[in-house]
Amino acid sequence: MGNPMKIRASVKDGVTEVKILMQHAMETGLRKEADGTVVPAWYITDVKALHKEKVVLLAQFGQSVSKNPYLSFRFKGGVVGDKVTISWVDNTNDTRTDTAEITA
Amino acid sequence: MNREINLDRRTTLKAGGGMGLLALFGSLGLLKPGMAMAEVDKKAFAAKTMDEALSAMGVILPGSSDLIQLNVPEIAENGAIVPVVVSSTLVNVEQISILADQNPNPLAANFTFPEGTEGMVTTRIKMAKTSHVIALVKADGKFYKVMKEVKVTAGGCGG
Repeated sequence: MGNPMKIRASVKDGVTEVKILMQHAMETGLRKEADGTVVPAWYITDVKALHKEKVVLLAQFGQSVSKNPYLSFRFKGGVVGDKVTISWVDNTNDTRTDTAEITA
Repeated sequence: MNREINLDRRTTLKAGGGMGLLALFGSLGLLKPGMAMAEVDKKAFAAKTMDEALSAMGVILPGSSDLIQLNVPEIAENGAIVPVVVSSTLVNVEQISILADQNPNPLAANFTFPEGTEGMVTTRIKMAKTSHVIALVKADGKFYKVMKEVKVTAGGCGG
């Protein structure tokens, strides 16, 4: 189970803007420790965003997305109080799901 | 004579093997026909060059477009965090991909947009060294791209 995400979702003029900050090391598998041992690849591969039951964004990440990935996007619809649910899966099959309510 | 027969046998075996695999994948649910939103093949993320990545994604010669805005810093002091904003006023944006051509694996991220989601995304990527950031947008089934150079003063990969 990964660390919690920070999610902000706010609606203005019928468009909901979602900002997500995930907590993840996003190791490329190329980095070496001081003693020369390679740090194994460990990164988020897939992110899914749901507004109620509907998918509003699918993201696929490679190793070169920054540590603690940030993501923002906008979708039409959504009213104050609706739930936005974000889930991610990493290359070790660890997952994390968090939900936020849309604010004004 | 003998040789011909052997060749035939080989082709038959190959064809048979292929079918078997296909059936196997099908039964495991690895092939998902009728999946509502097509994402890119995971192989594209393992590609080592731009050309490999683009062909794994099924992109053929993307044209440039004025309707895509790519915002990246001209100079990135820290290659580990390069903010990237891609937005497009093209109609029916289905997919946006972000690539950095000199990275060990050029494809950084791919976003799939269902109907109702605007064709824009903001994220942050790592860049190994000074290179071009490419925003690839698929709209109405066609690919378009824009690219900008980002000068990296301290690399973000390999540390």
